[in-house]
Amino acid sequence: MEPILFILFGAIAVGGAIMVVTRKHPMASALYLILTLFAVAAIFVLRQAHFLAAIQVIVYAGAVVVLFIFVIMLVNVPENKLPVERMTGMRLLGVVAAGLLILESAVLARRYAVPAGSSVDAGSVQAVGRALFTDYLLAFEITSVLLLAAVIGAIAMAKKKI
Amino acid sequence: MVGNILDFLWLVPGLPLLGVLLNGAIALFYERPLLLAEAAHGDHGHGDAHGGHDAPAPYRKLVSLIGPGVILGAFVVALLSVLALAGRPAHDRTFVQVLFPWIQSGSFSAPAALQLDPLSSVMILVVTGVGFLIHVYSVGYMSHEKAFARYFVYLNLFSFAMLVLVLGSNYLLMFIGWEGVGLCSYLLIGYWYEKKSASDAGKKAFIVNRIGDFGFILGTFLLFWTFGTVNYTEVFSKIPALSSSGVLTTGIATAITLLFFVGATGKSAQIPLYVWLPDAMEGPTPVSALIHAATMVTAGVYMVARSSALFLLAPVSMGVVATVGAATAIFSATIGITQNDIKRVLAYSTVSQLGYMFLACGVGAFTAGIFHLMTHAFFKALLFLGSGSVIHALSGEQDMRKMGSLRKHLPITFTTMFIATLAISGIPGLSGFFSKDEILWKAFSSEHGHIALWAVAALAAGITAFYMFRLVFMTFFGDSRMEPHVEKHVHESPYSMTVPLMLLAVLSVVGGWIGIPEVLKGHNFFEEWLAPVFAQGAAGAHGAAGAHGAAHHPVALELGLMAGSVAVALCGIGLAYYLYRVRTSKPKEIAKAVPGLYDVVYNKYYVDEIYDFLFVRRIVNVSVWLWHVFDVALIDGMVNGIAAAVQKAGDGVRRVQTGVVGNYAFSLLLGAVLIVGYVLTR
Amino acid sequence: MMEPTAYLLLSGILFGIGVVGVVARKNALIILMSVEIMLNGVNVAFIAVGSHLGDPTGSIFAFMVMTVAAAEAAVGLAILIAIFRLKETIDITELSVLKW
Repeated sequence: MEPILFILFGAIAVGGAIMVVTRKHPMASALYLILTLFAVAAIFVLRQAHFLAAIQVIVYAGAVVVLFIFVIMLVNVPENKLPVERMTGMRLLGVVAAGLLILESAVLARRYAVPAGSSVDAGSVQAVGRALFTDYLLAFEITSVLLLAAVIGAIAMAKKKI
Repeated sequence: MVGNILDFLWLVPGLPLLGVLLNGAIALFYERPLLLAEAAHGDHGHGDAHGGHDAPAPYRKLVSLIGPGVILGAFVVALLSVLALAGRPAHDRTFVQVLFPWIQSGSFSAPAALQLDPLSSVMILVVTGVGFLIHVYSVGYMSHEKAFARYFVYLNLFSFAMLVLVLGSNYLLMFIGWEGVGLCSYLLIGYWYEKKSASDAGKKAFIVNRIGDFGFILGTFLLFWTFGTVNYTEVFSKIPALSSSGVLTTGIATAITLLFFVGATGKSAQIPLYVWLPDAMEGPTPVSALIHAATMVTAGVYMVARSSALFLLAPVSMGVVATVGAATAIFSATIGITQNDIKRVLAYSTVSQLGYMFLACGVGAFTAGIFHLMTHAFFKALLFLGSGSVIHALSGEQDMRKMGSLRKHLPITFTTMFIATLAISGIPGLSGFFSKDEILWKAFSSEHGHIALWAVAALAAGITAFYMFRLVFMTFFGDSRMEPHVEKHVHESPYSMTVPLMLLAVLSVVGGWIGIPEVLKGHNFFEEWLAPVFAQGAAGAHGAAGAHGAAHHPVALELGLMAGSVAVALCGIGLAYYLYRVRTSKPKEIAKAVPGLYDVVYNKYYVDEIYDFLFVRRIVNVSVWLWHVFDVALIDGMVNGIAAAVQKAGDGVRRVQTGVVGNYAFSLLLGAVLIVGYVLTR
Repeated sequence: MMEPTAYLLLSGILFGIGVVGVVARKNALIILMSVEIMLNGVNVAFIAVGSHLGDPTGSIFAFMVMTVAAAEAAVGLAILIAIFRLKETIDITELSVLKW
């Protein structure tokens, strides 16, 4: 069962990603981004990482993309003023290089076997919560500071007048 | 004295060096700013020989004390050291004082060490003694000069270098002193460097010297290659072993000595490298006295004498030395008879007398050569200083045609110069007679000698007497041919100048009495003193066969030849008297009668012009070509080319920074791909 | 559960697509979205291996990545707005002042 679901959601994710990258209007890209994020969340569920899946939907698809959409509408570049995308040599080379990178990562994935692990359920809320508030407490706290900084930064950048 | 005086041998060169530092500090930090400020204000404060001047600045008094003072100190130390040396037994008179290791490389060691033996003792006494008198004379002579301190810095530096030359215990130290005196010669000849002829003369002296130095240094290399060392004691003691083992062949000895002699011809102004000496008269007269009469030019003779052991192994070189010496002696004597500048006559006379010294060395009479070196220092320095006195009295006039009757006005100068002239002409009883006569005798009788050499030398002696008395008659006798404004200011020189003259005159008389030959019932102390230095060489050359000598020449022959040379000298004097006192119009008539010959001799046989055409012009052309091709096109091209290349490269590379974020991301991507690829393929 | 190999391959593909977006697009907004895709790809890898090993660290890491991504998106968009106010454009080829 799992492989089939994996291929399904994997295909949706990849397809969505390709669409994100190739659309002209940013709004279309944003919507396809939501699709991709949902597919990835499904993949998380497939791996029994329920907590992350939930967070993915809530934070990523729910907040970040909404923020994107806000900004797209705020910026509001008319259709005819959108940047014209031409396929230059550099771009083509970039695509090729990315393809190479993917190939290399495939080789890497096949070459280095991951050691077998236990069948402990590590993605549940309890497990993640326990780990988060014991082993990784410091990281957690610092993340909150990071978010504070981001908030202040974002407001400072986007304000009309300091 | 305090402990062992020989431990203070280093003071002999050290005190003049101290003088350089002290006077140098004064000249650099006090006098130079003063002169620059004066020049900037357009002040032409340089009085001529009789310019009215305010009292000398206090710094000049200091310099006049330091300059001659350090030389006097060196002389005292030298004298005491020589006396200490004399206190030792005859076979033990070589004292080496090592100052510091200097060069130490594997098995090659050339320490910075001073060697005091009979030969160097004679040299240091001459250099410091005569040098001191000339320093004192300079105080008076140069008193009107602006750059007073600079003069004494150079003079002290010269003394230092010369003392290093003669006191060094190895050929490398000698070479350092050699180069040092060459440098000081350049600095002092070009002392009045604002005058183009003076600076040209300085350059000429240095460059011609350099040609000789090249020979010297090649000789040193060959010496090192053969002997493995450059220290005198080691080299000379190795000669017997290396000769018998076949390493030191006659050929190599000839090569070494000929190369050394090339250096000597440069420094001591022999054919073909003598051309700088007459031009060197552009320098102040005391400089001519010290450097170009008494000391520097004798360095070549010293070098040949020091290497006597090597020369005795190479009969070919001895022949060359003797022939060149004799040829130079007569060649420059002939030029001397036509010159009208009083200093030029003396310059050519110096070249001629140096030829005698080399003739002596060439026939194996090294002692005689050094003897003549010493006596020549006395009377030639006296002649130069005296001429300086004359020039000073005549407000700078140097042309003898404009002199005359100075006997009345300059009595002391006249008396002393006359004594010197008698000495140089070889009048019996005076120093020059004994030394010159010994050379003539050895040229005739020595196993390396030849009657032709004697004949040439004797003839040259006659010519010497002739032109020297010509000088005296034209300058001091007869009617005054002075220009009126000059005649008004004629006066005898101050004591600072006349006292050295008197002292040198005394030395010119008695200086030869330490070398009276046996045939005249005397005892040749000089030869006895120097014997140990040259005996080693003679022993090496002859093996155990014993020295040859004048032992099997009849006394009558020697006395006869002596009388003959005196007769020749008297003939020369007589001829001079006839032409310049009795029939004073005769010289001009002779000149008109043989105009071609006269022109050639008067113009120094056009040697300078020939050199210029053959060598100087060619080399200058090559230099210009090299300048255009190598310096401008190649080197400048390369350097500028690199700069241009770097600039173009930078120009190209900077275009990477497009400012477009996507491009930067691409380069990151590229790097990541490459690195991961590398990791994968390992 | 599956071997994580396929998931790692998926992670690589997502990452690659994101990279293409960053390199080849001129619209600044789309570039930012592509960055989000890259980060997602990385998260997939983390979760895949973390769950295979039974270690919550994988999830924790992905959590942190998500947090940082959110912060970065916010600030990035703020900068974009500021630039847009100044230059009236979101074309990165026109936003190239720091160049030769």
